[in-house]
Amino acid sequence: MTDTEHCPVSDIATDYDIFDPDYVHDPVPAWSEIRESCPIAHTDRWGGSWLPTRYDDVQALAKMVPELSSANPGPIVVNIPEEFRRPEREGYNGAAPISADPPEQTWTRKALLPHFTPKAIAPQHEFTKKLCHELINGFIDDGGCDAAVDYAQQIPPRVIAHKLGVDGSRVDEFIEWVRGVLELGLTDPATRLKYSDTIHDFFKAEVKDRRENPRDDLITDLCNTEVDGHLLPDPVIVGMCNLQLVAGIDTTWSSIGSALWHFAGHDDDRRRMAGADDDLWGTAVEELLRAYSPVTMARTVMEPVEISGASLQPGDKVLMNFPGANHDPEVFEDPDTVILDRQRNRHIAFGAGIHRCAGSNLARMEMDVALRTWFERIPEFTLSAPDEVAWAGGQVRGPRILPVTFGA
Amino acid sequence: MKIKVSRDKCEGHSRCYSLAPDLVDVDDLGNAFELNDGEVWADLEDRAQLIVDNCPEFAIEIVEG
Repeated sequence: MTDTEHCPVSDIATDYDIFDPDYVHDPVPAWSEIRESCPIAHTDRWGGSWLPTRYDDVQALAKMVPELSSANPGPIVVNIPEEFRRPEREGYNGAAPISADPPEQTWTRKALLPHFTPKAIAPQHEFTKKLCHELINGFIDDGGCDAAVDYAQQIPPRVIAHKLGVDGSRVDEFIEWVRGVLELGLTDPATRLKYSDTIHDFFKAEVKDRRENPRDDLITDLCNTEVDGHLLPDPVIVGMCNLQLVAGIDTTWSSIGSALWHFAGHDDDRRRMAGADDDLWGTAVEELLRAYSPVTMARTVMEPVEISGASLQPGDKVLMNFPGANHDPEVFEDPDTVILDRQRNRHIAFGAGIHRCAGSNLARMEMDVALRTWFERIPEFTLSAPDEVAWAGGQVRGPRILPVTFGA
Repeated sequence: MKIKVSRDKCEGHSRCYSLAPDLVDVDDLGNAFELNDGEVWADLEDRAQLIVDNCPEFAIEIVEG
């Protein structure tokens, strides 16, 4: 495919770069420009990909099964040398159901979802609340903290470790592993494989242990889960655990961090939440998820697709730009403004269709509890060093350094 | 007013349940179903409109009212 076949309107439409510092810092202007001119951009960078920006297009693409495959849901195409590949962990054994297509996606999802309904995650609520208070106890007397490193980043790994039933004292390692796969490893096959192997070996041992010593935790539950009369195979369970660690940590901490970044810099919104009732918290959490959606997934084209002027060909990569879709003015009034009590909000921060985020209820609860507890203890806070705020982007966008000062 | 949840469209986001547990419940997969045959009392009509307008799958509709 040549560049002339792409939408030749402007550079951003034919040469976007999801790792460009400006895009990582604030992708909203780029989406707006592409949406108005293209509206599906293409780039040859990072192995090539398409970037839809309209809500309706992203919704339609999310429903295209089997035309689009999820077997390799990473956002870039890296030609991975043979020595850095693990074919036995590619596709649905890697991280089902996120890395699977039907029919494997269907039964692996059916096995996993009952553990993540609002009722199933309710026992994590008290744990999360206590954890948030303990974290705040650790820094509140300092007059400030790094809200990303000291708070947001600390919550999801401990909650998922608690739910899985793995050693919560190893969260610093989990964080390193997940960043090794999702951030540092995204463009570096050797790094990615190193951390992917570490996670795989860790959970393989955990699953073996649960087979011999069952207990009251999710890994044991998965070991006992039957689909159509058959126990889940161990490699599938290891992949599911991998998914929960990798997908459940970077993402949720990004959402919590983005929300705190927003409130630190928006005095009116912050003061409003300091006295918020349950109704306002309910809409505010969804609005923050919409405005600062962290996750961009990807699909691989299996059959030719014509959509909004773009001709997607087999083998092409399509970025599932859920964050951009959530800023479409056709669907969201005043989309680039955070409206805490927004009533019409069909955001797709957790995706749409059969690959809707399996952990969405857990993530929503963590975000709600993390923010409410923070506001209960620290109603007034501001950015102490705006120039030092650093964002990560690519597949998951959120603040990684976020220094704040407490008090008016 | 009555609401109806499409079982075909629902993907189990559970946003309706988190916003209006008086109007809908969710099954073991997180898929929503309406309570009281979808009947919405007058004081919950705003809430019903809210869950219609917040469903990412366009799965909830007001069928009477």
